[in-house]
Amino acid sequence: MKKLMLMVVLAGLFVVLVSSILKMPALGSIDNPSYNEVTHYYLENTLDDTKAVNVIAAVITDYRAFDTLGETTVLFTSIAAVISVLQISHHKKEKNKGEKQHG
Amino acid sequence: MDDLIVKTITRLIVPFIQLYGIFIILHGHISPGGGFSGGAILGSSIILFTLSYGLERASKKVPHKISAILESAGILWYIFIGLIGIALGGTFLANQDSGFFMGEAGRILSAGMIPLLTVAIGIKVASTMVTLFHTIIEED
Repeated sequence: MKKLMLMVVLAGLFVVLVSSILKMPALGSIDNPSYNEVTHYYLENTLDDTKAVNVIAAVITDYRAFDTLGETTVLFTSIAAVISVLQISHHKKEKNKGEKQHG
Repeated sequence: MDDLIVKTITRLIVPFIQLYGIFIILHGHISPGGGFSGGAILGSSIILFTLSYGLERASKKVPHKISAILESAGILWYIFIGLIGIALGGTFLANQDSGFFMGEAGRILSAGMIPLLTVAIGIKVASTMVTLFHTIIEED
């Protein structure tokens, strides 16, 4: 009984997900909602706005520089977390070594 | 790893890898690349050195303290450039409005603050990779 229920629920989920996939726009189609006026703005005005030939670099470090600041903060946070966790175990090891040598 | 061939090849090839990483970082606004990819190349050159020469010699070349300072310096430099924009009368991280030197498109000294920010990101990514690798490898 439990298995039957599970299968019905999963089949329903499958139908919903597949029907939403079928509604998605085709990859690379010119009618995609992501291919809107923002893209045209970047391609047409990057050279005048930033004098950078590389449009991607202009988007990353000029138009969306604040987003990149967040990205570098993520790197900083990750390294701070790793060091604070691993450094504790190092200190413990060094302490144990010191005690053994003294004793 | 104590192998003469690996050590010799590493010694020969590391400067070129680092030069290539610096090239990618400095040409971030002209050619494909930028801070993240160039920093990854720079960091991987140090990781290659650590793998072939051992942690002891590598941490003499790049001590923990220096990589930790570079780590913070990268992000502080980024924020400092953003604040220059405010000081010059634009908004935070504004490029042309705050009057950075724009120059001529296609030159290295152009595009205002983009190369400066790319250098900051490159230093940040490289020191993050090196610090992570050295901290994890210290376990054994």
